[in-house]
Amino acid sequence: MPDGQNPNGIGASVKRKEDFRFLTGQGRYTEDINCPGQTYAYILRSNEAHAKISVDTSEASKADGVVAIFTGEDMQVGSLPCGWQVDSTDGTPMREPEHPPLAKGVVRHVGDQIAVIIAETLQQAKDAAESVSVIYDRLPAVVDMHDSLTNKTLVHSDLDSNVVYDWDIGDPAEIDAIIAGAHHVTEMNIRNNRLIPNPMETRSAIGDYDSAHDSYTLYTTSQNPHVIRLLMGAFVLSIPEHKLRVIAPDVGGGFGSKIYHYAEEAIVTWASQKIRRPVKWTSERSDAFLSDAHGRDHITKTKLALDADGKFLALKVETLANMGAYLSTFATAVPTYLYATLLAGVYSTPAIHCNVKALFTNTVPVDAYRGAGRPEAAYLLERIVDRAAREMGISQVEIRRKNFIPSDAFPYQTPVALQYDSGDYQATLDSALKMADVDGFEARRAKAAKRGKLRGIGYSTYVEACGIAPSAVVGSLGARAGLFECAEVRVHPTGSVTIFTGSHSHGQGHETTFAQLVVETLGIDIDQIEISHGDTGKIPFGMGTYGSRSLAVGGEAIIRAMDKVVAKATKIAAHIMEASEADIVFENGSFTVAGTDKTMAFGEIALAAYVPHNFPHDELEPGLDEKAFYDPTNFTYPGGAHICEVEIDPETGVVDVINMTAVDDVGRVVNPMVVDGQIHGGLAQGIGQALMENCVYDDKGQLVTGSYMDYTMPRADDLPNFQVGQQSTLCTHNTLGVKGCGEVGAIGSPPAVINAVVDALFELGVDDIAMPATAETV
Amino acid sequence: MIVNLILNGKAVSADVSDNTLLVSFIRETMSMTGTHVGCDTSQCGACVVHVNGESVKSCTMLAAMAEGTNVTTIEGIADGDTMHPMQQAFHENHGLQCGFCTPGMVMSAIELVEKNPSPSEGEIREGLEGNICRCTGYHNIVKSVQAAAQTMGGK
Repeated sequence: MPDGQNPNGIGASVKRKEDFRFLTGQGRYTEDINCPGQTYAYILRSNEAHAKISVDTSEASKADGVVAIFTGEDMQVGSLPCGWQVDSTDGTPMREPEHPPLAKGVVRHVGDQIAVIIAETLQQAKDAAESVSVIYDRLPAVVDMHDSLTNKTLVHSDLDSNVVYDWDIGDPAEIDAIIAGAHHVTEMNIRNNRLIPNPMETRSAIGDYDSAHDSYTLYTTSQNPHVIRLLMGAFVLSIPEHKLRVIAPDVGGGFGSKIYHYAEEAIVTWASQKIRRPVKWTSERSDAFLSDAHGRDHITKTKLALDADGKFLALKVETLANMGAYLSTFATAVPTYLYATLLAGVYSTPAIHCNVKALFTNTVPVDAYRGAGRPEAAYLLERIVDRAAREMGISQVEIRRKNFIPSDAFPYQTPVALQYDSGDYQATLDSALKMADVDGFEARRAKAAKRGKLRGIGYSTYVEACGIAPSAVVGSLGARAGLFECAEVRVHPTGSVTIFTGSHSHGQGHETTFAQLVVETLGIDIDQIEISHGDTGKIPFGMGTYGSRSLAVGGEAIIRAMDKVVAKATKIAAHIMEASEADIVFENGSFTVAGTDKTMAFGEIALAAYVPHNFPHDELEPGLDEKAFYDPTNFTYPGGAHICEVEIDPETGVVDVINMTAVDDVGRVVNPMVVDGQIHGGLAQGIGQALMENCVYDDKGQLVTGSYMDYTMPRADDLPNFQVGQQSTLCTHNTLGVKGCGEVGAIGSPPAVINAVVDALFELGVDDIAMPATAETV
Repeated sequence: MIVNLILNGKAVSADVSDNTLLVSFIRETMSMTGTHVGCDTSQCGACVVHVNGESVKSCTMLAAMAEGTNVTTIEGIADGDTMHPMQQAFHENHGLQCGFCTPGMVMSAIELVEKNPSPSEGEIREGLEGNICRCTGYHNIVKSVQAAAQTMGGK
């Protein structure tokens, strides 16, 4: 394993190989691709949150440049599928409505797709859309989750309830008994605000049917092209895998929102076969607000029972989770297996019960957004722990230390199903306290007071579960797919290497960090390595990039494929150098017969594998090209301590984040520069959630925050410089000991920010404040 | 209508409809796809180019308004394979992740440093307020611009 000696190996801040094309305008995103003879699609979306529709396209069909117009009546295909079945505790199967790519007679949220207008130019398609007649027969809309729960209005009239599932983990009777007898009980109502992911590249898709081969190519802005091939091919359009190629080229950020199979992908693919021409669609930002899956949106009642010493005895949680109008690909897993199972957090709370009611509303579907379930769990825990400390007169640091799972207790079985493999929560907190100079805080607060500012400090100590996921475990919990990853290591005759990975890169820097794994293992130069991803026509298979899984699952698959390469190369070297296989040592890119000066470079063995004149033909096939599928045995458990300091102007209510310190345990770090960058980005999104971002619907189901004029994105002057550090323990169940770093920033930071705001305002009698804590709210 | 302008040092001319935006002229008519479109309300800055040396959101300007001007895009600032000091600084300081906001961000940052050769952190943050990045949290973008300011000032 890594010795830190190679300047391009594991542990080095190697500058990114992919940067040059992005910095010189040579990135190739879906919208940059144009197919010969292509047409342009415009999607006509619903203006109403809930209505019966009748659509007349006859006038529009005659408009200039129109090639075809299709509605839900024309597009008789399968339903957009949900990938995870979560049933109710009483055994009632998950309520799972049909989700047609184009609405069939009823629209269920503003933005629901009504028709696709395909024309020679985009302008012609848009112009023609103006003359499509849609008559809306308005139905009552359900927007609020409490209203949804009453079932007075059903989002899907063919279902008997708006409740997708009513699900539990833990024993409610046991928890109620502990709470009844506890020394102290802290109670809170918590809302986790609805967010809109907003990667800077909007979604785009090009469908291209090839009649010569009766096959299809879909270019799409996806984090996981193989998953799209599976979902769209098998469930929606009935196109077998060998006739469908999905290419996700450069993708401009995802944050979860580009995991899911969206209607537009199916529409352009299907339509390209109907009109026998390529069909291109690109989302405008206003479409994105109305059609990209939103994130979060939980309402929770919670109680924490403590003994006289401040030790946690039990936690009770009741959550309403908004699913929107239809079930998006991962939606149902987010408030259950990615949320309720994290409610032990970093604490040794012995008893936990969580009830989750997932609800349909007439809003855009909600699904995983950076963190997905885990930010909601961390926010709940860290807010109620903060409150409990204040109520019991215990310091914020002390109450956490008292309740941490001790570092010698790993592997630690929580009462909510997960078994954490490693961690040292005291150490990460110690490190963060030092980095944030917490000892100097009171002096800083006093200075701020002299300037008329209210200064506060907030803490968050969290754990998350990522590196998803053991297929057998998630299968038993309702997942309809496996969550392994695949890699192929192709050694070329001259010794250069192409890695084909199912882990798509859309900002994470895989083209560099995965190459570092190869440098470390095979000892070749980093310029001899190419990382290929994002094309089902090239990559053997893949489950994609989400849940901070790329290195822990995708990276491990690469390591295992390289192990096979080295094993075969060792046999070849033994044959050529006429030595026993056991005597061959592979080090720094050379195969050497131990104790002799006989040696062959990696490239020489590669050549021998493809020019097999002197080769062990009775034992091996020629060539050097190996593949591995890796299915993890457990989740990985990154954790950390985030400390935030804010200053509030009492005149205006403006909250300024002065310091944001994050010390995270992400396991082994392959590229510290890239890890820090991932954490910076997560922190920005976490601070965004805490102070700025909020998706708002009015009571008719109209999206109020439908553009950058209304939905506040964090900008450069809204954020401070971050102080980040790593205090790592190694994951015990993968070769590298890596845990994942993509989501930790967004998981740990929101409660740290809000706890700091509450701390600043506490003397004024404020003990809670809702996210986002905008100037108006404060 | 015919639009004539200098694009990255080269005279170009094309017959486009009157309502063609400069960004469409660059991306579609001229097939230079380095300049991106990230929103439809002139808020995100992914489409920033230089028109006669000034940063402009090319989604807010008609191609016709650029008649006779000198337009520079992200494709026009490197010297062959040698990147502009700002591009180089973004590379050295990990100032980009997905790369989508990067062209606009780099173009805005170049103008910022040209106008203020040694900007403070606050001035950089304020100066880039019109460019949204969702990946980096801006931390490394600020570092990149600070580093580039040193190199550019040293030229």
